[in-house]
Amino acid sequence: MDMIKVGMADLKVVKAPKMLTTLGLGSCVGIALYDKINKIAGLVHIMLPSSDEIKKNQNKAKFADTGVILLVENMIKEGADKTNLTAKVVGGSQMFSFKKNNSILKIGERNVLATKKKLQELNIQIVSEDTGGNYGRTIQLNTKDGSLLVKTIGHGTKII
Amino acid sequence: MDSENFNSTILDVLKEIGNIGSGNAATALANMLSKRVNMNVPKVKIIEFKDVPMIVGGEEKLVVGIYLNLRDDVKGNILFLLDMESAINLVNLLLNKKVKELDDISISALSEVGNIVASSYVNSLSALTGLKVKISVPSLAIDMAGAILSVPAIQFGLISDHVLLIETIFKEGENFVKGKLFLLPDIDSYKKILSNLGVL
Repeated sequence: MDMIKVGMADLKVVKAPKMLTTLGLGSCVGIALYDKINKIAGLVHIMLPSSDEIKKNQNKAKFADTGVILLVENMIKEGADKTNLTAKVVGGSQMFSFKKNNSILKIGERNVLATKKKLQELNIQIVSEDTGGNYGRTIQLNTKDGSLLVKTIGHGTKII
Repeated sequence: MDSENFNSTILDVLKEIGNIGSGNAATALANMLSKRVNMNVPKVKIIEFKDVPMIVGGEEKLVVGIYLNLRDDVKGNILFLLDMESAINLVNLLLNKKVKELDDISISALSEVGNIVASSYVNSLSALTGLKVKISVPSLAIDMAGAILSVPAIQFGLISDHVLLIETIFKEGENFVKGKLFLLPDIDSYKKILSNLGVL
């Protein structure tokens, strides 16, 4: 099995039979896009909701807004058709909890919201998601059928 | 803040904070255990995001993370990270028993150590800068390294593509405890620290 790893603030596009994985998603969000007709898959591992929060944005894959756009562009370059794309969204946990609210700790939730907003703007349907909670997740995107394996420590394994 | 600025004077100052802090932490641990605790010279590094999980043995490695908020003159966070072996060694030293897994009492003991260690570094930061810093009650998580490290990585992600790490090994007899501490002041506090140290 040819498994391509996507790091933090990173994105990759592959064609079947190659597969994509990103390990240990916490408050970050993994966005898996899939073109089932052309069997092209893309995965981005974003860290922050919006590129507006930072002045010099060198890495587009770091943010939900710019990351999703860049991923779609790269998939189209590889031969995907935008109208075929569907999305799966995973991650956005709150790993630590405190009594007092802290915006940085709510970042997981904000990452998920920003991701959904951007996907909606681009008219890409979210077919499934596994978000929130207080635990980490590893995901594997199968390019043959677009299925997404979600692994955790102590919170089970599932395919979404 | 770019990484090149980081690498010279600032790094030296941060190293000093790391050294003094680790010394304080070793003394505090020794008092708590009533045993002699040695430590190595702490390694202070500025590393890139993508290399962060590698230093703890991969994104999926099970680790213990203890997270605290900083308040007053310096705002931000501290993350103290232990690999499972070190966490269990530390619990066995503290509770004077031989556990193989972490139970509730172990977790509470580890949180307390996190508190003491974080205080040691914060006191050193405070002493060197003259800034008043307080820490919150710790929050502890046991999970994949990648997931736990995403929290400080995100926090530093607003400032740069690099994170600051202080790595210390505490040693009591045959027992090693490898601790990794991430000091994460927010951007304004960061400037305040550097300006009080006379490097900005």
